[in-house]
Parts: sequence; structure tokens; C-alpha cells
Amino acid sequence: MPDRPFEEIVEEHGSVVMRVCRALLGRDDAQDAWSEAFLAALRAYPDLRPDSNVRGWLVTIAHRKAIDVLRRRQRSATPAAEPPDRPTEDPDPTGDDDLRAALDALPERQRATVVYRYLADLPYPEIAARLETTEAAARRSAADGIAKLRASYGKEPSR
Amino acid sequence: MSNDTNAVARLRTVIGEPDVAELAALRQDLAARADADGVLDLAYRTVDTPIGPLLVAATPVGLVRVAFEREREDTVLAELAVAVSPRILRSGRRTDAVARELDEYFAGRRRQFDLPVDLQLVHGFRRTVIAHLPEIPYGTTETYAEVARAAGSPAAVRAVGTACGHNPLPIVVPCHRVIRSDGTIGQYGGGVEVKSALLALEGSR
Repeated sequence: MPDRPFEEIVEEHGSVVMRVCRALLGRDDAQDAWSEAFLAALRAYPDLRPDSNVRGWLVTIAHRKAIDVLRRRQRSATPAAEPPDRPTEDPDPTGDDDLRAALDALPERQRATVVYRYLADLPYPEIAARLETTEAAARRSAADGIAKLRASYGKEPSR
Repeated sequence: MSNDTNAVARLRTVIGEPDVAELAALRQDLAARADADGVLDLAYRTVDTPIGPLLVAATPVGLVRVAFEREREDTVLAELAVAVSPRILRSGRRTDAVARELDEYFAGRRRQFDLPVDLQLVHGFRRTVIAHLPEIPYGTTETYAEVARAAGSPAAVRAVGTACGHNPLPIVVPCHRVIRSDGTIGQYGGGVEVKSALLALEGSR
């Protein structure tokens, strides 16, 4: 059984888990996923093996909860709904929206790897174990994902 | 590679950092939901008092620990994580009543605590002693020898001292009302000055 109070776990990893939720969802849904993730983590916490990477464990739970939130949203979404946080009249001079769109458009595995590596700062061996792949494949996924993100603002939009 | 670094920096900017208020609200909500779902084994908070901040922690059964500042919050929580459960969150609700009663006590408006307590941290003879202490009235004292007699082991004077010294619920369970047979004040987990202050507050010294 872990010997650290869960409050310390929330204190230490609350921001990282929020980054992960925001990256996989929008800002509003991110809060739901954050809450669901920490509630699930608290429930399971006594069974966490003492040698586990706590951040990796939390990120995996948050990932799973983000997928749940996405599925719920897709089930309840009206087909013609516009994404609410991306007003079409925004000229997006910074290219931030393009980067966000590029992140959303990444194949699932690439997006997960980019998020685990660059927003959660997990080491590749941990990422490989968490995503059930090899370290080499994880490195490749992250590099491919980042290259696509770079392309999103590195050149003029192709449309 | 520097292009990648740039891309990562931009990605982090786009995602942003949660602000302190957002996380604080989420954490409060988490504690409330955890409590409602029955997975909050320990809720704690600190209460400011004239003798310094006190940490109070409660299980679903009742108040399980009161700790002085000198015991250090992180040490006390780490001990509780092992002795009770690591499912610990800072949370108001469950500790509202003890916070209110402590305020009233230090304002001189409360003579006894009326709270559910959880004595799971005390066993055996120590528990017998701890169970007797609330019977010592506000404003009075007993000697270690008297408590030993009341606990049914007149020879166990030293063990009574140990039991008082390890009282997990000081102030609420009034071990400060136990003094030495020669009339001197004796030891106290919160420090002898605190024991004197409590007895002065109660008008017994």
C-alpha cells in the first residue's frame, strides 16, 4: 500500500493531469476528465504498487477518462454543432488554433505519445509500457507527431 | 532538434497551465465527491487557535487525530497514511464541527466537546486511560496516580503518563487535566507552556 497521503499526489501532479486532459479534450471537458481521473485514482490508490511511476499511472487514468468523456460527448452531440471554443471569425494570427487543430488531427497513437512525452514529461520506457508498445516505436510516434505539429504553423495553410 | 524544441514550447503554450483558482476549486469538488462516494478515508484541515494552528483529521467514524504545529503536518499525515489509510484529502465538511467546537472552547464558551471520535489509533490499556480522561471535569485536574486508579491499575502510574503522552486527540480528550502528584504540571505533547495555557483558560491554575 502506498505510504504517501493522496493529498500530496494531487498537489504534485494536479497540473500535469490537467495539461493531459486539456490536450486530449477542450478546456471545459478537461475539468470533467480531471475530476473523474482523480476520483478513480483515489479509489484505486491503496492498491497501487509502491514501485509504480505515480505520474505515469495518473496520466493513463486521465487518458482513459478523457476517452470516456469524448464518447459521452459524441453520443450526445448534435451533428451540426460547431466547436464552441473556436469562433470562426478569429483570424488566428498566432497560428495557435492551427496547432490545436493539428494536435486534434493526429492519429490516436501519435497524439497519445506526444502528450505523454511532451506534456506529461514521461520517460520513453514508461510511455512504451503504458501504451503497450516498444520504446523505439514510441520514439518514432513522438517524432512523427511533433513533425506534424511543426508543419501546422511552419508553412501557409494549404486550404 | 531546435525546431522540435520550438514546437514543444508552442504546444505547451497552446495547452496552457491551469490557474491556481481553477485547481483549488477542482480539488474542493474532488474531496466532496470522494466523501459522498465513500472513498475519503481521512479528511483533514488546520484550525487556527491561540496556541497555534492545530491539524484535525477525521474518518467517517469520527475525529481520529488532533496534532500540534510542533508535530509537523507532513509527518502527522504520513503517519496517518500508514496507520489508517493513504486516501487522505484536505476537506472542510467533515471537520467543520471540530473546528467550530475548538473555536468555542478557546473563546471560553465551551466546556466539553460533543463530537464523534474514532479511537482506532489507541489500543489496550492506553485506550482505557484515554476513555477515562473526558470524565475529568473542565476546570479541574487529576493526578497520574488518580487516573491509574480510575483505569483499574493503581500501579500503572508511569503507563498512564505514556498513554497521555500518546493521546491522539489532545484538547478534545483532555490529557492536559492530568498533573503530577506533587502538584507540578508534568509533561505535555504540545509543550508544557501549552498545557499551562489550557489549564489557565479553564481557570484551574
